[in-house]
Amino acid sequence: MKKQQRLVMRTAILLVLLAAIGYTIYTNFFTEKTAVAVGSTAPDFVLTDLKGHEHRLSDYRGKGVFLNFWGTWCKPCEREMPYMNELYPIYKKQGVEILAVNVGEPKLSVEKFAERFGLTFPIVIDRQDQVLNAYNVGPLPTTFLIDKNGEVKQIITGTMTKEDIERHLESIKP
Amino acid sequence: MEHVKCECGHVNPHGTAFCESCGKPLADLGEKLILDMRYEGSARRSQTYKKTMIDQIWAFFSSVKVGVALIVITLIASAIGTIFPQQMYIPPNVDPAEYYKQQYGWAGKLYYELGFNNLYGSWWYILLIALIGVSLVICSLDRVVPLYRALKRQGVKRHPRFLERQRLFGVSHVSDLDKTMAVLKERLAARRYHVREEDGHLLAEKGRFSRWGPYVNHIGLIIFLIGAMLRSVPGMYIDRVMWIPEGETKEIPGTNGRYFLKSEKFIFETYEKGKDNEVFNAAIDRVGNGMIAKNYQTNVVLYKRVGPVIPGAKPKLEKVKEYPIRVNEPLEFDHYALYQVDFRLNEPKAMSFQLADKQSGKTFGTVTVDLYDPKESYNLGHGYRVELLSYFPDFEFDEDGNPSTKSRVPNNPAFVFKMYAPDRPKGETSFVAIQQTIEPFGNNKYKMAFAGLQTRNVSGLTVRRDFTLWILGVGGAIFMIGLIQGMYWNHRRIWVQRVNGELWVAAHTNKNWFGLKNELRRLLDGTGVMMPADQLENDKKAGQGGQVHGHGTA
Repeated sequence: MKKQQRLVMRTAILLVLLAAIGYTIYTNFFTEKTAVAVGSTAPDFVLTDLKGHEHRLSDYRGKGVFLNFWGTWCKPCEREMPYMNELYPIYKKQGVEILAVNVGEPKLSVEKFAERFGLTFPIVIDRQDQVLNAYNVGPLPTTFLIDKNGEVKQIITGTMTKEDIERHLESIKP
Repeated sequence: MEHVKCECGHVNPHGTAFCESCGKPLADLGEKLILDMRYEGSARRSQTYKKTMIDQIWAFFSSVKVGVALIVITLIASAIGTIFPQQMYIPPNVDPAEYYKQQYGWAGKLYYELGFNNLYGSWWYILLIALIGVSLVICSLDRVVPLYRALKRQGVKRHPRFLERQRLFGVSHVSDLDKTMAVLKERLAARRYHVREEDGHLLAEKGRFSRWGPYVNHIGLIIFLIGAMLRSVPGMYIDRVMWIPEGETKEIPGTNGRYFLKSEKFIFETYEKGKDNEVFNAAIDRVGNGMIAKNYQTNVVLYKRVGPVIPGAKPKLEKVKEYPIRVNEPLEFDHYALYQVDFRLNEPKAMSFQLADKQSGKTFGTVTVDLYDPKESYNLGHGYRVELLSYFPDFEFDEDGNPSTKSRVPNNPAFVFKMYAPDRPKGETSFVAIQQTIEPFGNNKYKMAFAGLQTRNVSGLTVRRDFTLWILGVGGAIFMIGLIQGMYWNHRRIWVQRVNGELWVAAHTNKNWFGLKNELRRLLDGTGVMMPADQLENDKKAGQGGQVHGHGTA
């Protein structure tokens, strides 16, 4: 009887210790350092695009959103832009929007960039880094795939091929 | 696992060295003259039961040897981590793999490959610390419970073989046993001993609580470790960097968009001869006038956002306060603290150019380009106009030889202007960078002449919020209390017994035998009772004889 008690006690204590260690290791090494985790609701934001239209993320409920953070100096961003541009009209018809968030560069630079590549999807500029902070974006490009319920499905850092983009757009079709 | 019944009737757990109640040695002591009093002879449970997996794991962590080994490994690893700089201290724009190899040769390469470049945040280092924590908990539990039991159950009357095997032991013949006992009892009580009497025998004890010192100390350490662990819980600990140029208002990172900061001015002051107190003159002469930093300061205005927080929307701001942030004088608000940690002086903010006729040098007006948000078109009047076709804040030629920008920071701004004049209605194109002008379409009549640079200072601030600090403080305080408790008090026990008409006196302490002997001498002075002999010293002043007690923090 006493032996049984002791075993239960020891098991319980060891489990508590194991849980504490496991939690620490897990949060330190296996969770995304981004403030926005996969499965959570994407933080709402309002930004103005080059044409002066306001875009509020929550207005896109019911549609999938391909949210791309980029900068004009970032070569990997530049590489994937034409693919996004090519796929944009196709998937727009199917209820997936592409929204590109520039990380606070001068409007002039962004406009020239958009002109150069003939970009048709809306490009908004995060002048005060507010959205960048809210999404805790580190390296560029970073793309958040948001489904019709506003939930983050996947976070992609680094450049994508056309096939990648197509697959990702496909995955958030409403 | 049968229990062992002593002749005094007390039932002891298996593995007990001597009876918990009367102290009669249960195991064969052989030639050993003095009892090993460590843990009161109680059976550390992990040493006696090794049945299931759980028991084996328990036994592993219960071992002090394992605990010490873990600490030594951690110490060695920590020391190795200081040989070369950690990755956070190397220049941020280099590849660490290359850097370590280049700077420190093969040793650096090995250092990097073994992951010592990021030692204190590596999973195995954190695991080591965690294992020390586990060892701490189990070691303590495994010892404090039996020790508590043994001290609680100790009997007043002890077996003669227990008494004669104490380090301090003496036999006396006194004329009036009852009277001597009464005198001793009174004197012991006067010396703040807790005296228990049973069948005419005495047990006097004081400072037992000092025995709990090491365990209190361990509790403090464990609380400290828990505090450190909580830092990885979201929201408990924030440590972010914020760069803010003079004149700008920015969101403070880590505040979820609730606070904004405006920098009014960054001030950098140095010690200067003639302006500062004369006592500084010697130092100023040695280092150079204006070379010693005196003050780093950012004058800021703190704003709180009112209304709902929607990132990106123009915030409605309410002024909270103005404050000069200086080194070690952070701006504190709502558990946050903003520290002055870095700065960049004279960062380009705007550049001015004059539209000029190359030959005559005549100018037709000034164009000022905001380097953070340039306008596209600049009308100078009288038919003179300049358009900014392209802007490269951090100019370089890319792999294909095209002008491009390295970053969004205007470190090396370059522009493509189109200049219109009444006599050049189609415009002339000019590429202007620092110290460099290119005319891609042949000789121009006009040029953009550099006319000035506006700069501003940028402050580097650290945003800190730490809800674990008080836990670390409590842990540290408990740690110290335990240490003091174990260090400055001694657990002293004196047994006085009548054995066959003789008076037997034995005494034990967990430390400071010198003090105990002095106390005994004063106690027994004039009573006719012999001062007990130090059997350990008499025994050829030999080594330790098993009297080492665990007071470490392991």
